Amino acid sequence: MKTKLYHIAHSRAGDKGNTLMLSLIPFKEEDFPSLVEQVTVQKVKDHLKAIVKGNIIRYEMPNISSLLFVCEEALGGGVTTSLALDPHGKTLNYALLELEVDL
Amino acid sequence: MKELKKIRIGAGAGFSGDRLEPAKILAQDGEIDYLVLECLAERTIALAQKRKMVDSSKGYDPLLERRMEILLPIIKEKGIKILSNMGAANPLAAAKKITEIAAKNNLTIKVAAVVGDDVLSLITGNEITLESGQPLNSFGKIISANAYLGADSILPAIASGADIIITGRVADPSLVVAPLMYEFGWSYDDVELIGKATVIGHLMECAGQVTGGYFADGVNKIVPNLEILGHPFVDVSQDGTALLGKVENTGGIISLATVKEQLLYEVLNPFAYLTPDVSADFTTVSLKQIAPNSVQVSGGSGSSKPEKLKVSVGYHAGFMGEGEILYAGAFAMERAKMAGEIIRLRLQEQYPDKLRIDYIGNNSAHSGINQDDSTAYEIRLRVAGMADSPEIAALIGEEVEALYTNGPSGGGGVRKSINEIIGIQSILISRNSINPSFSIFES
Repeated sequence: MKTKLYHIAHSRAGDKGNTLMLSLIPFKEEDFPSLVEQVTVQKVKDHLKAIVKGNIIRYEMPNISSLLFVCEEALGGGVTTSLALDPHGKTLNYALLELEVDL
Repeated sequence: MKELKKIRIGAGAGFSGDRLEPAKILAQDGEIDYLVLECLAERTIALAQKRKMVDSSKGYDPLLERRMEILLPIIKEKGIKILSNMGAANPLAAAKKITEIAAKNNLTIKVAAVVGDDVLSLITGNEITLESGQPLNSFGKIISANAYLGADSILPAIASGADIIITGRVADPSLVVAPLMYEFGWSYDDVELIGKATVIGHLMECAGQVTGGYFADGVNKIVPNLEILGHPFVDVSQDGTALLGKVENTGGIISLATVKEQLLYEVLNPFAYLTPDVSADFTTVSLKQIAPNSVQVSGGSGSSKPEKLKVSVGYHAGFMGEGEILYAGAFAMERAKMAGEIIRLRLQEQYPDKLRIDYIGNNSAHSGINQDDSTAYEIRLRVAGMADSPEIAALIGEEVEALYTNGPSGGGGVRKSINEIIGIQSILISRNSINPSFSIFES
């Protein structure tokens, strides 16, 4: 079944300089293994290619059934000097949640 | 059997502009021992430094007076201690101001101002910045340089018996770590406990973000009574286990989901969350819902604190000019795009490459995600660019405004602005070059 991530998971965006962090937390902990399998670094890279210019590192945290994506070169050169309307990338959790997965 | 000691810490503010009411409720009804007010973002201190340059009695948090007018009588009556980084660029002036407010209200208050984070005099400009690898002086005129101090800078101030401890730049979690170290007699050698304390501090530092603030989506994530959102308190035991809670009859929710979102918030590496106090490991934290609005936090650990401290350096980055205009109804996107192209051509000489053109309602936030640009009924065009002078920055708003009579049909609601921009770069500095100290002010 194809579904957008926002139906099965939630996320919060964070920022440090030019780096964006996106958590990905399933509503149901039993969906965690599917997210680990489906939401790969490559998939997130392709999905966010117009936003994230650098490396993406994925951390798996089975202790809280969550994933964390640390995305470099993602905030228009850095929060403080970015020309973007949302320089912190605060809205970008919902960009990640637009990704479609196959459960 | 003697009941084991527990310390209750409330988080009454998670950023400089945070609401005033939740801290009052925590102090009044939260039965807290300490109230933490975290009010410094990355750039806040550089802006405060500029205010201090204009008036040497300023440079502390703009809401300091209002927060203290509300809180001083309550904390005095209840015996609560306040820990806050509202000193920003001028903790000494903030402490003095607090004693003035206390005196005016016939209250006896002892305030400790922690200083030593301001390292501007040590900066040469040749330091290499962390993200870019370029030297500091390649960015622009340096305005401020503040090292992130740790809990060790706060401990002696707590031991002095002060009612209020006001700091400048300290790592956010350290405001929570310090009272725990003091009350439980932990030292930096207890790395595991300092790691746990840092997990707790991290969960608390954004206040309402762990009690359901910045969480609700109205569909899958329901949060009751956000309009009266309560801020969190935490009960910490000697072994570093913590229980998050909030005052009865406040809005919001504390659930595994809200705590997970906050645990991962702004984390660069969950195996090594670096603060001046410790390298904390978040990958061993475990969470358990004990009761409604009550989540237990256990596990988590740490290893030795970093050898060097991070320094935030503020520099003059130029002037940002912005202009916006609204299009609505038939062909809104076509008209907005036409307008954007007109501005680009008119400003080609002044802004040959770095002009940002956004179509708000379509792609201003999520570039490349929404491929369909034909359906928005309303589109707001936004143009932004950075310039060396306010005059060149002003051209953007002027040209957007001129679209009224020189652009496509039916544009309205123009807004324009020019802002001086302070950029931030980070460097590392040796701990040995920093000597935190504190001064006492009494009313």
